[in-house]
Amino acid sequence: MSDIAVKTKDVTPQVSGAARAPDALEARLEALSLPRGGFTAAARRDALSRLRDMGLPGPRDEYWRYTDPRPFNAPLPQPVPLVTDAGPALFDDLDRLKLVFVDGVFDAAASDDAELEGVQIETLAAVDEATGDHWAASLYGVLETAGQVPVRRPFAALNTAAARDGVLIRVTGRPSKPVHVIHRRASADADALWHHVVRVEEGAELTLLETGMSGARSNGVIEVDLAKGARLHHITAKRAADQKLGLSHLFARVAAEAQLKSFALSVNGRLMRQEGVIDIAGDDAVAHIAAAVLGDGDEGPFHQDDTVFITHGAERCESRQVFKKVLKNGAEGVFQGKILVKQGAQKTDGYQISQALLLDERSQFLAKPELEIYADDVKCSHGSTTGALDETALFYLRSRGVPKARAIVFLVLSFLADALEEVEDEGLRERIHERLEAWLTDRAQG
Amino acid sequence: MLKIDNLHVKLEEEDKQILKGLSLEVPAGQVHAIMGPNGSGKSTLSYVLSGRDGYEVTEGAASLDGQDLLEMEPEERASAGLFLAFQYPVEIPGVGNMTFLRTAMNAQRKARGEEELSSGEFLKLVRAKAAELHISPDMLKRPVNVGFSGGEKKRNEILQMAMLAPRMCIMDETDSGLDVDAMRLVADGVNALRAPDRSFLVITHYQRLLNHIQPDVVHIMAEGRIVKTGGPELALQVEKEGYGDLLAEAG
Ligand SMILES: Nc1ncnc2c1ncn2[C@@H]1O[C@H](COP(=O)(O)OP(=O)(O)OP(=O)(O)O)[C@@H](O)[C@H]1O
Ligand SMILES: [Mg+2]
Repeated sequence: MSDIAVKTKDVTPQVSGAARAPDALEARLEALSLPRGGFTAAARRDALSRLRDMGLPGPRDEYWRYTDPRPFNAPLPQPVPLVTDAGPALFDDLDRLKLVFVDGVFDAAASDDAELEGVQIETLAAVDEATGDHWAASLYGVLETAGQVPVRRPFAALNTAAARDGVLIRVTGRPSKPVHVIHRRASADADALWHHVVRVEEGAELTLLETGMSGARSNGVIEVDLAKGARLHHITAKRAADQKLGLSHLFARVAAEAQLKSFALSVNGRLMRQEGVIDIAGDDAVAHIAAAVLGDGDEGPFHQDDTVFITHGAERCESRQVFKKVLKNGAEGVFQGKILVKQGAQKTDGYQISQALLLDERSQFLAKPELEIYADDVKCSHGSTTGALDETALFYLRSRGVPKARAIVFLVLSFLADALEEVEDEGLRERIHERLEAWLTDRAQG
Repeated sequence: MLKIDNLHVKLEEEDKQILKGLSLEVPAGQVHAIMGPNGSGKSTLSYVLSGRDGYEVTEGAASLDGQDLLEMEPEERASAGLFLAFQYPVEIPGVGNMTFLRTAMNAQRKARGEEELSSGEFLKLVRAKAAELHISPDMLKRPVNVGFSGGEKKRNEILQMAMLAPRMCIMDETDSGLDVDAMRLVADGVNALRAPDRSFLVITHYQRLLNHIQPDVVHIMAEGRIVKTGGPELALQVEKEGYGDLLAEAG
């Protein structure tokens, strides 16, 4: 781990979109039905023209160096069979307000009434056409656009242009329970695009849970705007039964004294990329982003990519990135994480750690940690490690009578502990831990 | 109970012989001590007996109640009744002490075809044993050995031993790093476990522990072999004179 207390500088390679075949993009757009939109209409048109300017990522795109964009570029996804017996979902027995999306489209019948004190919940498709003016109009596609600099994120622009549905949440108080967005699949070949907008007003607070995946391929965007002193806990979980192809972007703007805590759990899958773009814009704000990933290449190729960009633009702010990946049977994990400290963002406290536990020699982890600092009084550190199981610890556990497979489960949980710690709510954290432990133990017994 | 016969062990990775024809027998109900200079192979012996990877047995045998130990996996040896209190107990962040202990106990019981312990029974037992060893409920809740002081780690080893109730207990320098009171606690814990069908092999550098845990037999180990065996007076001699004369006499 290196500690860097003063200026360091590096350059993120820029790639121009001009070289890309426009035909591929047109074919991609052709396969989608682009909604015209009501209050989002202008944002959608703008996104489309920005997308045409930047094009789809190509094989030489630096930002897509470790992850193959082609499955996301293809006009249609490969069909993925539906999993019928998925077992109980992670937060099934929790008191929460449930919102169900099927292949990216809201399913009112399967959802709870959107009545919860301190929060106003609507769905994009329901209000977009009808409303000419909406609070979300000042955010839809706006944070996404801001997040296109300095790195282009074409799939996010594609999402803004083409998203069919999503949830619009405006938090004005402290609701008594979490809001839980559940993604389900109903067709083997759906191309799901959803776009959420969350605005947490001054001093308000929300826990937003999001589980499951949709479609044979999914593209999700969530734009989060936190006002002064606002708090959002965002917890996402994708599990083996949701296994497929997915891409998501979190765009967040964090005002003074506000706190964003984002945690993502991914258990298997095929090809997944999660991008987090966080703009810390007000003094004394906090942003944490963490993930725990379990990848097993045994059930087909596994590739999971976390790409994070945190910008510190204010004083005395804290950011933490904690990414842990457990990989086996040829699974691949990627982490690209950057902390950019702008001029004047004094007393920044930036921390980043990405670690992989490789359970065999075929698996691999690629990490690209970056710091770019233009302020002189900051504390930033980053570190990345790749390691195998600790043989001494494994022997210690086995010497007490714990069978090898179970001992490995203990060590995997031990490895993930720092990431799970980022789930602030103890009840939720324990629930995730227990579920993970049960799942791992179950598999260990084969 | 424990029978080691002409054991030769080398490192798997290097051409380095560590145990060079070690023989030893601990009958049921007895306490044997092993003393010996640094690097003589005491910890290696304890690791080989409990099944750690990285060693290759080139000759000889080791058995527990006639069962060939060397053929078994570490967890099988544990279920068969072997326990090693580590010289350096291992920290495992993110795994609760209690969860670990309960999993270990029930895994052993299952392996032996016994009923698993309910969580109520387990809790009652662990609280009682922990109190005897002055291990706080807070330490029980913490991750395995994380943030424990050196002495606390050693007491935690004895707690595990008391809970798992093995028949053959090997203790590798459990007294190192213990203060006077903690040493007494540990010795009391061990003495409470003494039974006609349970044996101990106590590795130590200091005679003092043996004042608290009276050994039946003391072995002196040097360069991978037992070079002298005698009664408790042998430990007193080491304490007074060091190893010089003893080794010269044996060598
Ligand atoms: N994995 C290993 N790699 C290299 N050398 C080793 C290894 N394990 C043991 N040795 C060597 O074997 C010898 C015996 O070591 P061991 O730890 O068994 O000694 P010991 O009698 O327990 O010593 P101490 O009293 O200091 O605890 C030493 O010279 C040690 O360096
Ligand atoms: Mg030793």
